[in-house]
Amino acid sequence: MLEIHDLTHAEDGVTHLDHVSARLAPGTLTTILGRTGAGKTSLLRTIAGLLVPDSGEVSLDGQGWSRLPPWKRPTAMVTQQFINYPHLSTLDNVAFPLVRKGLRWPAARDSARAMLDRVGLSAMVGRRPSELSGGQQQRVAIARALVKQAPVLLLDEPFVNLDYKLREDLREELVDMLRNESGLIVLYASTEPREALSLGDRILLMAEGRLLDDGEPQQVFGAPATIEAARVISDPPINILPLTVGAHVAAGPFGAQDAGDLIRGLAPGEYRLGLRAADLRPGGRHVARVVLSEVSGSETVTHLDLAGFALVMHEKSVVTHPPGAEIAVDANLARGFIYGADGTLLRREAPHGQD
Amino acid sequence: MTHQPLDPEPRAPVSRTLKLALKYGFILFWSAFVVFPFLWALTTSFKDANGVTNGATWLPWLQYQPSTQGWASLFGGPGGTNIVRPYLNSIWVTLGASVVSITLGTLAAYGLSRFTFRFLFFRNADITFFFISQRIMPPIVLAIPFFLMLRALGLLDSLAGLILVYVALLMPIAVWVMVDFFNSIPRGLDEMAWMDGCDPITTFFRVILPNAVPGLVVAGMFCVIFGWNDFFFAFTLTFTQTQLLPVSIVALNSSVTPWWALSASALVSIAPLVLLAFVVERFLSKGGLAGAVR
Repeated sequence: MLEIHDLTHAEDGVTHLDHVSARLAPGTLTTILGRTGAGKTSLLRTIAGLLVPDSGEVSLDGQGWSRLPPWKRPTAMVTQQFINYPHLSTLDNVAFPLVRKGLRWPAARDSARAMLDRVGLSAMVGRRPSELSGGQQQRVAIARALVKQAPVLLLDEPFVNLDYKLREDLREELVDMLRNESGLIVLYASTEPREALSLGDRILLMAEGRLLDDGEPQQVFGAPATIEAARVISDPPINILPLTVGAHVAAGPFGAQDAGDLIRGLAPGEYRLGLRAADLRPGGRHVARVVLSEVSGSETVTHLDLAGFALVMHEKSVVTHPPGAEIAVDANLARGFIYGADGTLLRREAPHGQD
Repeated sequence: MTHQPLDPEPRAPVSRTLKLALKYGFILFWSAFVVFPFLWALTTSFKDANGVTNGATWLPWLQYQPSTQGWASLFGGPGGTNIVRPYLNSIWVTLGASVVSITLGTLAAYGLSRFTFRFLFFRNADITFFFISQRIMPPIVLAIPFFLMLRALGLLDSLAGLILVYVALLMPIAVWVMVDFFNSIPRGLDEMAWMDGCDPITTFFRVILPNAVPGLVVAGMFCVIFGWNDFFFAFTLTFTQTQLLPVSIVALNSSVTPWWALSASALVSIAPLVLLAFVVERFLSKGGLAGAVR
């Protein structure tokens, strides 16, 4: 069990880790999801020993790592930059950590050759990293991390610098490879909610160095604990609307007629409503002006202005909405999340699946 | 209907030929510019007094009678001096000082590149500047302190004394070149080596140093060129026991300037540097760090 206990780290007045704690069991792949600057890399670097925390501790199976320098920690890491040793061949790059562990070069090269075979680079053993493509270079880095058979594997957005198709392919290959590594604790940092939801057994949601949520993907996605968590895990962005319950009922531009059962049981007062982009749909009685429409693959994300409220609508089809055009929209408010004034989740109306 | 070629008037041949002509013309001109002094020295080294005073002549036996007088005078011939011993002295002093300077300078540079030092208001950049600032002073300012120190150590007129002085002069160059080079090696490479089980010292020797070869070669070349060509300290800090090549070449001069002997000595003294340049040229190629971090 890898235990992260109350880690804090700040530099030049910027907090990178703010009392982060988590327990990670062997055989799990945990995704750390957050935007740039959320503290994902700081957390991974602290676990690796590359960053010394201001307070807190990391331990594995009860053994504290505070006094262990990076070269003595049983961790392996792949970073978003493709880091390899330029002066060594592909084979020796992968054999290098084994030699440092005490193996002789011939034995280390045998293991490295087998690992390069697994990552599909058996034909490249004699080449230098500079003679490989970006994807191949990152495969070498992954092979070097896996060949060590360290119990903790840290993956810091390993495919972010690759093109979309290659990224998808390599991610699938990596997941397949990791399935064969029993007892491994894998931490995978990502900025992409879809990747985090599809990849991990568990999600640690981070923002500004803080842990916003921690749980299984369906749980974290299905009921974001705070507005901040909802914003981080929602792609396209979630609509956050003011919700007034009383003599007058209003959810942003939507009125009592739209709210339906949403406000049932709610005491009069001010709330906030989280409404996913997929819960807005074309048609209905509200007329919104199109600000921007983006087609991505087979999906369309449209930014709307409805009575002064900026809304985002997600359609799972390719639709043309010219900017400035007026379209009818409707909202399924019953699927919204109700948050209190402090931004914490009060109620989730309907069970939510992953979009 | 007739098909028109996409580019009916290919313009490339004329402009390409002109460019090639200009390029090779410039290369030929520059080569002649560089080679001419060597050719002049080579022909002069095989002339005698008559051959030298008869104007610019190039063809032996046809324009001048070749003579080995100049070359003989380098090995104790008439009117000359034996440069073998000074030559060997120069090799020892240059190599010794360069090796020590590069070794110490590289270690200091790695420290300055990778670790943060703070002492009063001094930071890494200040310390690096402190090293190179030693070379701002004119040599004459350093000559007297060096003389007094070597005398106190009993190392005046000795190879060891000269090596010590040259190390003091060459190490700043090594530090300056290597700090810059180490800064260009991504820190991610050090960190990856740590993750792969290397402590900082192993990281330096197994990962960083093999990738710093071009920097070492550049720093080494600077050190060797300076050490080999220095006349001032070799002249002021030695007397009769330990003469270096530049000093012995100057000793060839007399009331009549022996251009034949000076030309021969010039060729002999630049030969090691030319050979060295050919040997290390392949290490200076760019792109040594390609594939380190992308």
